[in-house]
Amino acid sequence: MGAEPHETVGDDAPAKARRAAGDRPPIVRVEDLTIGWGDVVLQERLTFDVNEREIFAILGGSGSGKSTLLRFLTGLEPVTKGIVEVQGRRDIDLDAGFPPFGVMFQAGALFGSATVGENVELPLEEWTDLPPDAITAVAKAKLRLVGLDGAYGKFPSELSGGMKKRAAIARALALEPNLVFLDEPSAGLDPITSAELDDLILALNESLGLTFVIVTHELESVFSIVDRAILLDKASKSLIANGPPHELAESDDPRVRDFFDRRPARRDPSARPGTPNPT
Amino acid sequence: MAPGTRTLRKDEDRAFAIERRDGTLRLGGDLLLPDAAAIWRELHRTTDGLNPGPLTIDLSRANAIDGAVTALIVALRSDLAARGVRAELVGTPEELRPLVQLYEADAEPPKQRRRRKPEGMVEQVGRATAGILEELRAVVTFFGEMVVAVVGLVRHPRTGHWKEVPPLLERTGADALPIVLLINFLMGFVMAYQSARQLKMYGANVYVADLVGISVTRELAPLMTAIIVCGRSGAAFAAEIGSMKVSEEVDALRTLGLRPFAWLVVPRVIALLVVLPALTMIADIIGVIGGLFVAVTSLDVTMRGYFVETTTSVQLWDVEHGLIKSVAFALAIGLIACQQGFAASGGAEGVGRRTTATVVTSLFALVVLDALFTVMFRVLGR
Repeated sequence: MGAEPHETVGDDAPAKARRAAGDRPPIVRVEDLTIGWGDVVLQERLTFDVNEREIFAILGGSGSGKSTLLRFLTGLEPVTKGIVEVQGRRDIDLDAGFPPFGVMFQAGALFGSATVGENVELPLEEWTDLPPDAITAVAKAKLRLVGLDGAYGKFPSELSGGMKKRAAIARALALEPNLVFLDEPSAGLDPITSAELDDLILALNESLGLTFVIVTHELESVFSIVDRAILLDKASKSLIANGPPHELAESDDPRVRDFFDRRPARRDPSARPGTPNPT
Repeated sequence: MAPGTRTLRKDEDRAFAIERRDGTLRLGGDLLLPDAAAIWRELHRTTDGLNPGPLTIDLSRANAIDGAVTALIVALRSDLAARGVRAELVGTPEELRPLVQLYEADAEPPKQRRRRKPEGMVEQVGRATAGILEELRAVVTFFGEMVVAVVGLVRHPRTGHWKEVPPLLERTGADALPIVLLINFLMGFVMAYQSARQLKMYGANVYVADLVGISVTRELAPLMTAIIVCGRSGAAFAAEIGSMKVSEEVDALRTLGLRPFAWLVVPRVIALLVVLPALTMIADIIGVIGGLFVAVTSLDVTMRGYFVETTTSVQLWDVEHGLIKSVAFALAIGLIACQQGFAASGGAEGVGRRTTATVVTSLFALVVLDALFTVMFRVLGR
């Protein structure tokens, strides 16, 4: 499946705005990309696009290379085979200035020796000529944007898991990127906090027009906020699906359907004949 | 089915029975964890020396079985399969079947992987040598990256993380002062005390000042101070950077467009380059005072006599000798600690391993550098 313009679910205005995103040029373009570690190849010949203002998900089972793909997209790993183009720039060099995107890592990766406010201020101090009081004002506004008004002077160790991720999003937004990569934003969060984070992503997408590329396997989150997703298959080392989540869930490919229809085989009488059901 | 107690039973209290007769191994009674060790021994005793061929494991007399013993049966079947004995499980009572099936004890035994031949001595030496060369390559590459970072900082000073330097100076220098003072005072004290008896025998009491002065300034103060700094700051640097590496903070720095080298390594190396020579000079003084204490209390040397003798015997070059070494030591500790920190992977265990490696490698490097400088200065006639 290619990166076709896609259908989104629902008839609300923001969704329509996102639907129109399919007409814009891709903000991320990946062509024939091979990813892996050393001699180990995780995925081969990956080809897909991410459109502007889209909430795009990279799905796949554990070990399929989702987070590794994110490292290649963000320039943390050098591309040796294939093409990665982000906002029209090939081969992102992270040493050459601030990159044209923000990244939120799985556990937040906030700098533990600095306060939450200092974490958000850091990129502003480095890459802008704003005076200190203006930097503080911007950092506080970013924290307010993600619902962390009172966390400015706190250290990351004083925050809960969900708050750390929000703070990390605030830091990722510090330099006003229009593309944000999120690595497993829902990992380790309870359903309510996870839903709050989904709300935040949707709000930022709809009100600021941000594009999100999200690595996840949280299906509820995928169905509620994601416009389009790709599915990486560990066994065939390839991209096996690309499209809106609801379409993927009804795919003819059993590997794709199995991923979305994740019922335990023990609860499914048609699966694994003869399998016992111990009590 | 009794779940069985968790306390271990003695052999005479065993509640199971195992016997082998005519190609059938019968297991009966309560096959539970408290008897697992005895069951394992018994299973091996009864199947040792079996010839290749079929074997039936009969569970029909079992009253109870738990996961641990089922796992042992799976392991036994696998061992037997490797010896050409095809063991088949039969007669599992209906109520025990789900557990047995869950552990796949009744399935085909997995094929045993061929055991890798143990490495010979030559292979082990080769692997260790390759490992050392790889580490060496990493350190040299790291040094190269450090040089590039320094050149970049000279050209664009604004990109440095300079505000990190003062707190690092405090942590590596001021905070280390008490322990540096104590250790070096004791070094001077011990040197003087050890030599006191011999010097007294020859009436050369006052020469304790020469002995302590020269050995402290040229050798002991720089080396002992470097060892203290290596244990305190080197280990701390490796742990800090290692923790940042495994928690993706280093990656986060990079995605904010900040260079981890300029940000993390350069301030730490600069701090050590300033602090170690300064601490060494203080250590020189306190080491001489340690000797003075012994000279005055045990060798009847006056305080004035001791200082006059020290200033006569210790030349400026002796102090410079120690300071030059301390600069090299600082560079070695800083680079090794930061390189090890960046090489950390695999969570807390990886950080711990790299912290230990930092101390061991740094101590080794300090001694090697010390020897090299000694030979070099000797060749140069200093």
